[in-house]
Amino acid sequence: MPNTVLTVEDLSVTFALHDSEVHAVRDMNFTLTESEILAVVGESGSGKSQAFLSIMGLLARNGRATGKAMLGDINLVGMNKSQLDAYRGKDIAMIFQDPMTSLNPSLRVRTQLAEVLVKHRGFDKDKAIRAAIEMLERVGIPEPAKRANAFPHELSGGMRQRVMIAMALLCQPKILIADEPTTALDVTVQAQMLDLFKSLTQDFGTALVLITHDLGVVAGVADRMMVMYGGRAVEKGKVDDLFYDPRHPYTLGLLHSTPHIAHRAARLDPIQGLPPSLEHLPKGCSFNPRCAFRFERCLIERPPLTPTGEGREKACFYEGELSYEKVA
Amino acid sequence: MAKTTNTLLEIRDLKKSFSITTGLFSKPLELKALQDISFSIREGETLGIVGESGCGKSTLGRCILQLIAPDEGQVLWLGQDLTRLPGEEMRRKRQDLQIIFQDPLASLNPRMTVGEIIADPLRTLRPELNREQRRARVIKIMESVGLLPEMINRYPHEFSGGQAQRIGIARALITEPKLIVCDEPVSALDVSIQAQILNLLADLKDEFGLTLIFISHNLSVVRHVSDRILVLYLGRIVELAAGDEIYEDPKHPYTRALLTAVPIPDPKLARQRNIDALRGEIPSPINQPSGCTFRTRCRYAKPICAEKRPALETIGNARLVACHRWQEIEVPEEAVLGA
Repeated sequence: MPNTVLTVEDLSVTFALHDSEVHAVRDMNFTLTESEILAVVGESGSGKSQAFLSIMGLLARNGRATGKAMLGDINLVGMNKSQLDAYRGKDIAMIFQDPMTSLNPSLRVRTQLAEVLVKHRGFDKDKAIRAAIEMLERVGIPEPAKRANAFPHELSGGMRQRVMIAMALLCQPKILIADEPTTALDVTVQAQMLDLFKSLTQDFGTALVLITHDLGVVAGVADRMMVMYGGRAVEKGKVDDLFYDPRHPYTLGLLHSTPHIAHRAARLDPIQGLPPSLEHLPKGCSFNPRCAFRFERCLIERPPLTPTGEGREKACFYEGELSYEKVA
Repeated sequence: MAKTTNTLLEIRDLKKSFSITTGLFSKPLELKALQDISFSIREGETLGIVGESGCGKSTLGRCILQLIAPDEGQVLWLGQDLTRLPGEEMRRKRQDLQIIFQDPLASLNPRMTVGEIIADPLRTLRPELNREQRRARVIKIMESVGLLPEMINRYPHEFSGGQAQRIGIARALITEPKLIVCDEPVSALDVSIQAQILNLLADLKDEFGLTLIFISHNLSVVRHVSDRILVLYLGRIVELAAGDEIYEDPKHPYTRALLTAVPIPDPKLARQRNIDALRGEIPSPINQPSGCTFRTRCRYAKPICAEKRPALETIGNARLVACHRWQEIEVPEEAVLGA
């Protein structure tokens, strides 16, 4: 059995607006094991980013998280900043879509990297810089000693993202959360980066959470996936199971909406309608207004996320065969 | 789809450079955005333009519409050179040539209602129409793009990204153009909405007999919509061929590498596939490599590639490729799509 590195239980995130509350994430549950890549898939507003920002203690000021995110026997949810600082960067790290906004523009790359090691691992400055340069080489930066002297703006987007990954891995965290890490990069650089993620999880045993909207990225690297809609997980399971045998109509819809480079279909089958506003979620199943398989029960009752065997879970009442031919 | 052989647009030897100021007293640098671009577009076809950031694909789209004036070369619209048209005449020509932008909300004036935004091109291009006639056209076009006519008095911020893109499309269609340049029209949209807009563009193309130039970095999307595909690298054409030819039998090493880097939403195929991973990143367009500009990342590069720029050769069925070694390079089939 691989080691469990993170257990999330009943995680919910709410934001206080001036006269109401918005539930961005509700009742999220999952575990993460060593070396595993878990993809969290969803469209904008599905709660996929907020869930993990809450675990990192990075919610906006009006946001509040409840539930548990257990790192060993420590619950990260509800910790204050100084308590969190003992774990953030060291045991759990996060990288974002735009590396430029996460790097300090006025510090050289090596200074920013070395700082992490001095703070978390008590290295002296010279040793920290040597280790930083080694890590830059490990993440595929050519001439690492030279690049370490650069300021972030002197590097390309791909290089900056590599610097962020290097920084995140310096303390060999158990968990790396990557929020759309390749969305801003060109495809050839994206392919290099995904390769890097795969080899790093193997070499360091780091568990990777890959938050993305791109099913192509998921198919290439992830082991398991969790599909989110309207703030809730609607389907979970192994990547192959969900791709070849989706059991939730939303997962099916996402797969049919994604153009496939290997075959040119005459038309895509998009999901009708628009994603829901979190302030006005439909009654019953949040997906029901866009669902081709809905029936009366879906309009009244919300389907709970239920195990369906083989390590899979889905939140849907429909038990028949899911295929678009049936609908048409 | 009815295909005619009429050439609608022909681009000849187009060049565009931007000068980059580096300081008060230093000489400005020259960024060569587009060089030696020549191709033509037939009526009714969709031409996809692909390439990575900085390859000049958006600049090319804008040069065609004369939103950016090219430095050299001709843009022949039904034989007439647009680069030489006086401003007023070009403005009227824009009835025929329209554009849709990537960021749908940013390209809509927040202080105008949807009706005003869509009708705006008519005020300059069809001044003879009165208010009622304009309104009737706006409502008709809103229905074509899937917007409800009762939304006519709303403001852009009340719309989601997908709906805002429908407004942008309606604004482009209202002048009854022959050609629309779509510059990354679905890149900012969610996957489920992206598919809706792609289907809409396909329907509108048939309904209005449009010719489309579809600019995108997403090769899966481009394959889905395009008849022919133009691949740009550092401001030059490296390959131009029919969509199926490009995807099934790419000739240029860059096209191949680009294709194998595209993520496939199919886990088994994705695992089987040998990714022909490109080394490094695109060189700076200010300081371009000698000879073939792709040679610094090309695993097939030989000394000749540094010495001499490969000419754009015509091969087979009117395909174009710019590579010294395309005939020598054998690529195993599974390297391309893993199928």
